[in-house]
Amino acid sequence: MSKRLSTGGRLIDRDTSLRFTFNGTHLRGHQGDTLASALMANGRTLMGRSFKYHRPRGVVTSGAEEPNALFGLGKGDRFEPNQRATTAELFDGATTETQNHWPSLETDVGAVNASLSRFLPAGFYYKTFLWPRSFWKHVYEPFIRRSAGLGKAPDKDARDPDDYEHFHIHTDVLIVGGGVAGLAAAKSASATGAEVLLVEQTSHWGGRAPVDGAEIDGMPADAWIEKTVAELEAMENVRLRTRVMGSGIYDHGYALAYERIADHAPEGGRPRHRLWRIRARRIVTATGAIERPIAFAGNDLPGIMLASAVRDYVVNHAVAPGDRTVVVCNNDDAYRTALVLDDAGLKVAAVVDARPQGGGTLARTVKDRGIRVLQGKAIAKAKGTKTGVTAVGICEFTGTGDVTETIACDCVAMSGGWSPVVHLWSHAGGKLTWDETEAQFRPDPDRAPRNEDGEAMVHAVGAANGHFGTAEGLADAWDAGARAGGGTASGAAPAAAARDEAAMMPVWLMPANAKIGLRRKAWLDFQNDVKVSDVALAAQEGFTSVEHTKRYTTLGMATDQGKLSNINGLAILAQALDQEIPAVGTTTFRPPYTPISLAAIAGEARGDLFQPVRRTPMHQWHEDNGAVFEPVGHWRRPYCFRRDGERTEEAVRREIDRTRHGLGMLDASTLGKIIVKGPDAGRFVDMLYTNMMSSLKVGACRYGLMCSENGFLMDDGVVARLSDDTFLCHTTTGGAERIHAHMEEWLQTEWWDWQVWTANVTEQWAQVAVVGPHARKVLEKLGGIDVSKEALPFMRWTEGTLAGLPARIFRISFSGELSFEVGVPANRGRALWDALLEAGEEFGITPYGTEALHVMRAEKGFIMIGDETDGTVIPQDLGLHWAISKKKEDYIGKRAQARSHMADPDRWQLVGLETTDGSVLDDGAYAIADGTNANGQRNTQGRVTSTYHSPTLGRGIAMGLVLHGTDRMGEEIDFTAEGGATRRARIVSPVFYDPEGERQNV
Amino acid sequence: MFDATSHPARPALEGATFDGLVRVEAAGLTGMITLRGDVDAIGMPVADVTGLDVPDTLGITGDGVRALAWMSPDEMMLFCDYAEAEELAASLAGSLEGEHALVVNVSDARAAFRLSGPEHRLREVLAKLTPADVRPEALPPGMIRRSRLAQVAGAFWLDDAGDLRVICFRSVADYVWALLTGAARPGSEVDHFRDVRM
Repeated sequence: MSKRLSTGGRLIDRDTSLRFTFNGTHLRGHQGDTLASALMANGRTLMGRSFKYHRPRGVVTSGAEEPNALFGLGKGDRFEPNQRATTAELFDGATTETQNHWPSLETDVGAVNASLSRFLPAGFYYKTFLWPRSFWKHVYEPFIRRSAGLGKAPDKDARDPDDYEHFHIHTDVLIVGGGVAGLAAAKSASATGAEVLLVEQTSHWGGRAPVDGAEIDGMPADAWIEKTVAELEAMENVRLRTRVMGSGIYDHGYALAYERIADHAPEGGRPRHRLWRIRARRIVTATGAIERPIAFAGNDLPGIMLASAVRDYVVNHAVAPGDRTVVVCNNDDAYRTALVLDDAGLKVAAVVDARPQGGGTLARTVKDRGIRVLQGKAIAKAKGTKTGVTAVGICEFTGTGDVTETIACDCVAMSGGWSPVVHLWSHAGGKLTWDETEAQFRPDPDRAPRNEDGEAMVHAVGAANGHFGTAEGLADAWDAGARAGGGTASGAAPAAAARDEAAMMPVWLMPANAKIGLRRKAWLDFQNDVKVSDVALAAQEGFTSVEHTKRYTTLGMATDQGKLSNINGLAILAQALDQEIPAVGTTTFRPPYTPISLAAIAGEARGDLFQPVRRTPMHQWHEDNGAVFEPVGHWRRPYCFRRDGERTEEAVRREIDRTRHGLGMLDASTLGKIIVKGPDAGRFVDMLYTNMMSSLKVGACRYGLMCSENGFLMDDGVVARLSDDTFLCHTTTGGAERIHAHMEEWLQTEWWDWQVWTANVTEQWAQVAVVGPHARKVLEKLGGIDVSKEALPFMRWTEGTLAGLPARIFRISFSGELSFEVGVPANRGRALWDALLEAGEEFGITPYGTEALHVMRAEKGFIMIGDETDGTVIPQDLGLHWAISKKKEDYIGKRAQARSHMADPDRWQLVGLETTDGSVLDDGAYAIADGTNANGQRNTQGRVTSTYHSPTLGRGIAMGLVLHGTDRMGEEIDFTAEGGATRRARIVSPVFYDPEGERQNV
Repeated sequence: MFDATSHPARPALEGATFDGLVRVEAAGLTGMITLRGDVDAIGMPVADVTGLDVPDTLGITGDGVRALAWMSPDEMMLFCDYAEAEELAASLAGSLEGEHALVVNVSDARAAFRLSGPEHRLREVLAKLTPADVRPEALPPGMIRRSRLAQVAGAFWLDDAGDLRVICFRSVADYVWALLTGAARPGSEVDHFRDVRM
């Protein structure tokens, strides 16, 4: 049984006592514990259930690669599923619960016993879902839904109370990993004068060197680490951060790192996570290596752990994973675990070494202590209960698994060798090479990710570069650090003893010729329950690409993303295919290295800051006066203003009625306003618009259409000529930035020799449309500018001082009523709005929103960009021939509009539509035609582009594009309606109201 | 009856202040004039009218009252007192008569903020919001950067008093205020930058 040792524990503070709960049980740990070490200190080895078979699981590792010990951490608004116990720092009051079991961790009815697991083989899902079809809905989907996913999602009403943020930094050198290699690289890189950022994912420096008993520069590793960190901290050009994980490396030296600021200390007012967005000239990955498990039958029992993890817990946390341990290995490094256990007074029952000739110096030291060492042997199978392993059966490694001896134990420390952490190296395209000696993929320095200068952007160092000796790793890091800094290493690398280990022997399955019964119980992927037999089956069934095998078996698709299982799995695949391992290759390494929170990715962009909301100078008034908003671009425009008890559609009707019969006002500030000035400005606007603009007189306005190069209508608006060489182009609300960019693109790339300047002054002006029969009266009352019919006729503009405010007045109308658009500097916009409200009171002035605007323009047959246009419509379709100049030699889109398809008389044409019963056509409804098309769908002959109830006319009105529409006036056609019905409408002129324009021209 | 004199110009945010890692203030009404033209053609007349040096690429020059900022290879922005902007724009336009240039008063189009506090904190607040390089050597006083602040366009520079000046479009003043005060909230210190020691 696991327990806390009475002495030792380099990371824990025994003077502290932290309370935490585990499935409701109150337990205690120390400062410096991880959740995993604290649970083991309390004798808890059963930590979860596997994904597919719900088998009992204990912790396997001591780091980020942990596949099993996943917990729901926190509660309520701070609950987070799938958190690794091995990287979760214990804090006082922590709440933890296990996952993926029902009703309890100890008794899980979902558990599938070994004999039944034969019926859930590799590719089970794919095979099962094929047949019979009806089972999908009634059996498989509900079953999968319930069993899929490990942790439960947070409550739907939970709201994350914490803050998150981004942090953008630039640096010369980013070093990922604060083990001794990373520290050495930081020293040599900073000595070149380069700016260095060193990040470490855990809360402490030095990696595993202190646990492994390294000596550096004549000092114990701990002392060297402390001294080196102090030296680096004193340097102006070095920044050190713990609890920051290098998450991903991308092109051009861009890297993401994930800082866990307050996971271990919530409610302290600090951001919980911070996402570092780093632009580095060079990146050094000192990410270490991950130990490989060994595949033998029953290797998934709680108590069977990586050998390095066993000694980590003993040395770092003074936690004994068991009382009696069997070490099983194929290399010398694992003997360190035997020595650490022996030092701690714990029994090592045996070291089972698959190598017939055994190990080197370390092995001799172990033997000298009287520890039993078996060479050329293997574990045939591990036996145990749900709480853990109880014994292992020993066999010949080269055999098929006939047990010759059983050794009782409650812990197995396994080591199948080490794999460099090549993830970050690989993210941006670094390639790997297969190292036969260490049976590992390591970075190929000749095929590094490269920067824009063609030089290597990433240097892998130390164990991450396949150097497992302390001296070799330090020398490698020292040299690469200096190169990353842009210099050469000065002085000698930190000194350590050269590696003294006998060669390892690749072991992918134990015993080497294990019979099928054993292979079916030899786990590769602990979380997803993928076994040696599954990979072999995938190969047999033709899934011979490693990527296909991964998907078919789910090998490496667990939350650890194959950190433990990947190499073993592909070695088994290679065996099954009778290929070399490098020929099989690896699956793709993708960021993030380990999961990062979505909240960190969102950063500040949540709640009110989720998306910027653009506010006009009058926005506050709108908010205070019942505005129902609708998004238009990033603006929020009032759709209508609801008064007490009014429904939205009632408000719209009232606004239209008051405007048509009295006086309305609209906040039109969002309309785009672009100044175009210069000697060639006239020539330029003639190219931008389909109609003639250069002939416009100073003081006059003209409505114009803008098309794309392909002839499609993309924007419209009124152009005012401000002076001989200056035009003011109004765009749609959503079009301001886009059209300004369109203008600049043509000026900068095509007509660079034309003398034209543009400026987007949209936000400089607040603009109010004053609309209705009393519009002139209210402006006259404000006073200062002559707005009489004579002084300011329709489609003219003027400027002056209105009510003491500097103003431009455009006499234009989008409603068909007498209408003026008054522009004032934005900082006076609210003053103008208030002045109009005050002066207009006697006329019943009524602010109206976008829906009233839309209905009134539709009553007049005016088109709306985005309703009548959708990127496939040309002005000719809309009957706007009058706005297309025949005289101009060219305009953007002219040539495209001459193409045969554009000139096709069968293009649908804009018409008005009147339902025969006065009802309102459905938005986007299709006009149906006889027969069906090749796909069996009903033929169509048109569609609705705008449809409203017109309070002015007391009936439904619509506009639509209809085949040969303009030639079919008076004809009745049917439109689709919701629920499969149809609605009949008569084709009419799109101008429903005041076709002579008498109302606006007064 | 409506009296314009009792309705003075009002900026997007009035008198807002926030004290956190740094002090954030809405800077109030600020005169801004966009100048577009070839520097060879407009540089001298602009310098004559304003009394300011024409800024180099990414530069901003100033005399404590007015400032002239490089905005692009053919655009400058003149910062001045709000009240003088209209007249100053007219006088600049007059002095550029005959040149191909555009002078336009855009004092109402943007909102301005002033952030004050230790320099390393000012840089830290900025680094939470913009991908631009804000290290002391990359953003020294006298340099202006046009970049983005989270999801919107913004420009920023350190003025002669060591304050950080930020401008954005008027419509997103509330958004940028929330960004800046959020980035400066107590407890969110990063301690990455260090004040340059003399």
